[in-house]
Amino acid sequence: MKKEIPLAITFLTGVIIVVTFFIPHQPLGGMQQRLLIWYSIVLGFTLLLGVDSLLRSNLQKIMRRAPGWPYAVVVVAGFLATLAAGIHTWATTKDLLSLGSSFMYIYTYMIVPLQATMFALLAFFIASAAYRAFRARTLEATLLLVTAAIVMLGRVPVGAEIWDKLPGLQDWIMEIPQMAAKRGIFIGVALGTIAMSLRVILGLERTYLS
Amino acid sequence: MMHIIGTWIAAGLTLAIFSFLYKDNPFYKFAEHLYVGVSAAFAILYTWAFDVWPMLVEPMFYGRGAASAADRWILLVPMLFGLLMLSRWFPKIGWLSRWAIALTVGIAAGLGITGQIQGILLPQVAGTLVPLTSLDNVLMVVGVISTLVYFYFSIAQKGAVKVGSRLGMIFIMVAFGASFGYTVMARISLLIGRLYFLAYDWLHLVR
Amino acid sequence: MKFFEKLASIDRRIIYLLLALAVVVPILLKLVLPITVSEPVKSAYAAIDGLSDGSVVMVSIDYDASSAPEVQPMLLSVLRHCFAKKHKVVMLGQWPLGLPFGEIGMTTVVDEINRAAQSPADSIRYGANYVNLGYRPGYRALMVGLGREFRDFFATDYRSAPVDSLPLMRPIHNYNDIDLLVGLEAGQAGDEWIQYAGARYGLQIVIGATGVVAPDMFHYMQARQIKGLIGGLQGAAEYETLMQHPGTGTAGMVPQSWAHLLLLAFIVLGNVGYFVMRRKKA
Repeated sequence: MKKEIPLAITFLTGVIIVVTFFIPHQPLGGMQQRLLIWYSIVLGFTLLLGVDSLLRSNLQKIMRRAPGWPYAVVVVAGFLATLAAGIHTWATTKDLLSLGSSFMYIYTYMIVPLQATMFALLAFFIASAAYRAFRARTLEATLLLVTAAIVMLGRVPVGAEIWDKLPGLQDWIMEIPQMAAKRGIFIGVALGTIAMSLRVILGLERTYLS
Repeated sequence: MMHIIGTWIAAGLTLAIFSFLYKDNPFYKFAEHLYVGVSAAFAILYTWAFDVWPMLVEPMFYGRGAASAADRWILLVPMLFGLLMLSRWFPKIGWLSRWAIALTVGIAAGLGITGQIQGILLPQVAGTLVPLTSLDNVLMVVGVISTLVYFYFSIAQKGAVKVGSRLGMIFIMVAFGASFGYTVMARISLLIGRLYFLAYDWLHLVR
Repeated sequence: MKFFEKLASIDRRIIYLLLALAVVVPILLKLVLPITVSEPVKSAYAAIDGLSDGSVVMVSIDYDASSAPEVQPMLLSVLRHCFAKKHKVVMLGQWPLGLPFGEIGMTTVVDEINRAAQSPADSIRYGANYVNLGYRPGYRALMVGLGREFRDFFATDYRSAPVDSLPLMRPIHNYNDIDLLVGLEAGQAGDEWIQYAGARYGLQIVIGATGVVAPDMFHYMQARQIKGLIGGLQGAAEYETLMQHPGTGTAGMVPQSWAHLLLLAFIVLGNVGYFVMRRKKA
């Protein structure tokens, strides 16, 4: 029950999707579309998976007055306030993207600055790493470093001011050697994905069930 | 007025996150935890508004988008699988979530096989089949083949294979260097966005 | 030697401060540099420009706040271009947390056009000139499924209005009714659009991508799987230049240039210090 049924479901759905690619006519085509809709619906539920453990762990922290528990209050309060604003917005407008709503207010003035600034921090870390760790120790590292330098200069307007051939050189790197290597990598990944997908459908690869 | 208050909140949260650059501190921790809580609520609300409501509730109970009664009732199947996915919340029946995972994995694998062949292998191989009449074309073909040789681990790395693999390494380093350069650009752009917000929207230093 | 030893032990916060200054000073001074437009961006522009007036362009919002400074100016330019050409826009998104950016961008451009409109015929209306379908989970499954029938996934728009109540959506059933997709990408969704909607159904695609994603798009460009590529903030600035409507993309290119120069100076200094110290040790 615990292994056989999931393996059968994977086999059946995988085979149906592959077969209907070649024979999209009815009734197979309709069956494929139905499976795709189901996939979309079920996948949405995965968004909820993390919420439970997040809330549970933070509530436990508050109950136990564990170190840092006031931050757990922030998590729970932020969650509840946003949920309330969202439910209110949905109940009144049925539109969670309504720009004047309390829900979008939280999005615009909290989510956006928080998320955007977290990622902006990376600019500082990358600068520090460039200074401390980016060394031309070997031929390969030198090649990486020189290419990065050409691209960084050639891709911004100041590059053309320094040397008018830089943007062209940058374009060439991106379109020929860079592209060739990426194509090789993508072809390799595609071959790997096909092999792995076949193993999954045939039940040889079962790690997703653990 | 609400806009002004909002801008100040946003600026405060921006500075709270930036304060981490000096050192870890309560302001940063507050902002970080707030982000986690608020985003979790978003996940629930969007699952409701863009998945459960339009794809399950509306067709099942209001008949919207469902052509027949059979179309309505068959939606019980994905609903059941969706609920099975949530069985992970309860350790005793958590194994039932494997059924739902199996459904998504099977469909994704089925799509993956045909998608990778049709979307990557065939067009990308076709794009490499070019006449070797220019240095660029020669370089491109050599680059693709040598990169593939580099990743072909199941063959002894000696003789021509070793040369090819070494050549592949050179192309890969160029590609990684280019990606690094672009990544730097991306990260700086995000910083520009935030500092632009502080200077323009908050402090009105720029018009 | 002492100089290099000191240099090697420089506090990271000084590096941070220098980087912040390199970005802030040109923002405050409002410096600008001429933007040269690259071929991939010209191709992207041509793909939208070359469609006959009134074509249907689908725009996919596949990014969120973590990359909006790069991609949002692309969205604004693409929307301005579409509406200037009288194209109809069908918006949807693969990143739920980014959906509001689509709505904000659309509202900005629509308000701008409607304010300047001389007559009702020049104005843009929801349901007639543009729609927003919102988001459905599913990525590749959704992309394949839309190739058969939009209504199977989007029976309603983002605010639960039946799509058949929107005149623009009535004749749209699958990709045969979409003339071009503009995918604005910060992750994998771009690859999936190309592999599942482009390769399988022949949907014409233009990609606008963050700097992190853009290098992985060149092989699609060479193989003609996409018609154009707008890469990173520079790409956004180039599109703004083509539209003759400078925005945050163009404004960002001087701070971007300064920051790149500073980073390169860091790399050079770091390496000089490293080699001097290594020679000393030897």
